[in-house]
Amino acid sequence: MTAAGTLGVRPVRASLLRRIKADYFATPLNAVVSLLCIAAIIAIVVPIVRWALIDAHFAGTTRADCTGSGACWVFVKARFGQFMYGFYPPAERWRVNLAAVLMIAAAVLSFWPGLPRRALAVPLIWAGFLVIATWLLSGGAGLTRVETRQWGGLMLTVFLSVYAGALAVPLGILLALGRQSELPVIRLVATIFIEFWRGVPIITVIFLASLLLPLVMPAGWDIDRLVRALVGLAFVIAAYMAEAVRGGLQAIPKGQAEAASAQGLGYWQTTGLVVLPQALRISMPAMTNEFIALVKNTSLVSIVSIFDLLGIAQASLADPAWVGMNMEAYAFAGTVYWLICFGLSRWSRHLEAGRKTTH
Amino acid sequence: MTLLARGALGAAILALGAGAATAQQLAPSPTLDAIRARGHLECGVHLGLPGFSFANDRGEWTGLDVDFCRAVAAAVLGDANKVRYTPTSVQQRWPVLQSGQVDLLSRNTTITFSRNASLGVNFQGINFYEGQTFIVRTASGAKKPTDLENASICVAAGSTEERMAADYFRERNLKVSIINFQKNDDAIAAYDAGRCDSYTAGIGALAGQRIKLKTPGDHFIMTETISNDPQGPVTRWGDERWQAVVRWVLNGMIAAEHLGVTSRNVDDMRANSRNAEIRRLLGADGNFGAMLGLPNDWMFNAIKQVGNYAESFERTVGKGSPLGLERGQNALWTRGGILFTSPFQ
Repeated sequence: MTAAGTLGVRPVRASLLRRIKADYFATPLNAVVSLLCIAAIIAIVVPIVRWALIDAHFAGTTRADCTGSGACWVFVKARFGQFMYGFYPPAERWRVNLAAVLMIAAAVLSFWPGLPRRALAVPLIWAGFLVIATWLLSGGAGLTRVETRQWGGLMLTVFLSVYAGALAVPLGILLALGRQSELPVIRLVATIFIEFWRGVPIITVIFLASLLLPLVMPAGWDIDRLVRALVGLAFVIAAYMAEAVRGGLQAIPKGQAEAASAQGLGYWQTTGLVVLPQALRISMPAMTNEFIALVKNTSLVSIVSIFDLLGIAQASLADPAWVGMNMEAYAFAGTVYWLICFGLSRWSRHLEAGRKTTH
Repeated sequence: MTLLARGALGAAILALGAGAATAQQLAPSPTLDAIRARGHLECGVHLGLPGFSFANDRGEWTGLDVDFCRAVAAAVLGDANKVRYTPTSVQQRWPVLQSGQVDLLSRNTTITFSRNASLGVNFQGINFYEGQTFIVRTASGAKKPTDLENASICVAAGSTEERMAADYFRERNLKVSIINFQKNDDAIAAYDAGRCDSYTAGIGALAGQRIKLKTPGDHFIMTETISNDPQGPVTRWGDERWQAVVRWVLNGMIAAEHLGVTSRNVDDMRANSRNAEIRRLLGADGNFGAMLGLPNDWMFNAIKQVGNYAESFERTVGKGSPLGLERGQNALWTRGGILFTSPFQ
């Protein structure tokens, strides 16, 4: 911290040079470290910028349009539709876009401060969204059916994140309450569930759900393979969410619940009206954290040949027309994941800040 | 034995004979029934292997293995597009087939004894003779593995390829220097940079890697192999009629090449050919399709819509594709290769 910082004085432009000198070159050691850092940044950033932007190729449609050493973004351009929608029929892609708009609307609405009866409204908004989105994406009742194997790319990544999240949050809350329950059977069941799913690597769960389940299921029973992966993912995340919520529950003084029951409120009223609203507010950052981890964990489904964003980027490399575009494929997928996760993290910061001012 | 018992036995034998006769005409095939009922073939493919199975820019599955799925769909349903693909990883392919999620696995899978004997699957022929071989600079003049005496070969340390190559040259008392690298990518990069005279891998893998080299046109992939990894379509045990369908569609594609029937001349051949085998193959004479419970124009449709084996090979992995593979072992037995079909008689 500099003197200017501690005093809270906004330095004027003219003092910028002096401030840099004070911050980075105060002592000889400071100066050396600063110079080394600058050199390292230049050594790393310059080749990346050269590769990704300056020497890169953007125009054209085939590999032949990429000459020289820069990135060949022509590949990403040619495959953009697949990276976003997988094999979803182009004529039906408006349905995916509409579902995405509805998702953003649901998210904004459920965090809108003026929302009446929040505890009831938020679950209803999301339940409504899930019903409509499922219909839009898979079709039926007037829309052309689109099999889940045609889904892919970013759309599938978002789908898995949102649906697994939507399953995991209520399940996680119930598990957290169950673990705090005074009824031994419920406590035991919740604890076993949480510890089991928390202890198993997600990759194992997805593998078993995808490979073993069809072999042990009776003939004629067929659960969609995307649903199998989704449920496996949701169970693991629910166990993590449960622990995040438990942290919030434990932070609420016991006196609150006791006061509520002294007022004549039953268990569900005490929990729903007094304990949970406060506990969830406290666990929000931890839950957001789990959700961001979930977004990245969805990429594990690519090991069972479900083409999420990462999976479809890898699969594209098998096209002889684009063999060898590994850097471009992974750079693109990585950037999209980063944008999503960074956006989520900023948004949750924003919400936290907003909440502080309203209370 | 009493007269009565003898009579009963005779009746039983008669009944059995009658049963066998109808079985000869048409054994039940639950797989074919299921395909017809749902209106499409369920085909397990590789989740991404250049030339063999991949989705193109338009999202259509293409490749040598995918073509075979299309040919079977054309033979059974009359439309090569009536296929839905299940992309599978190495571990996924068996459970997906065993649990009935796919009717057929066409996924560059090597035929081995233990797979056949212990996994409950049958291999229905060979659609690609894969094997380990060497890539060299065309200018070096090396044409077969034994030409590599005194050459240096880049390999990934500890790989199967390294062991195979070392054994091969030791057995023949040929001196080569094998240069080890941490990873396959490093080995191929070193070869590209000129540090070694050769790099070794399977034919299919080499074809994919050749495209990544600086000047792919300057490199030659040897057609002689030092390992034997025949690959072909796979079905579950049971439902023999379905297995026969798969086997004979593959044979039909190879036979079509042998007989000179292509997607372009197939109409003319069916109408005008005087070759008896061609006429049977295309359903102009006899009832070969019906014997399998298929429409009589089954192979006509497959060849018309997908092509014969040569057309499929050249389009997907051969000279008409970026992979540019030679036919090599995959040429017909009459043309120096070992690709073979049994006759349509």
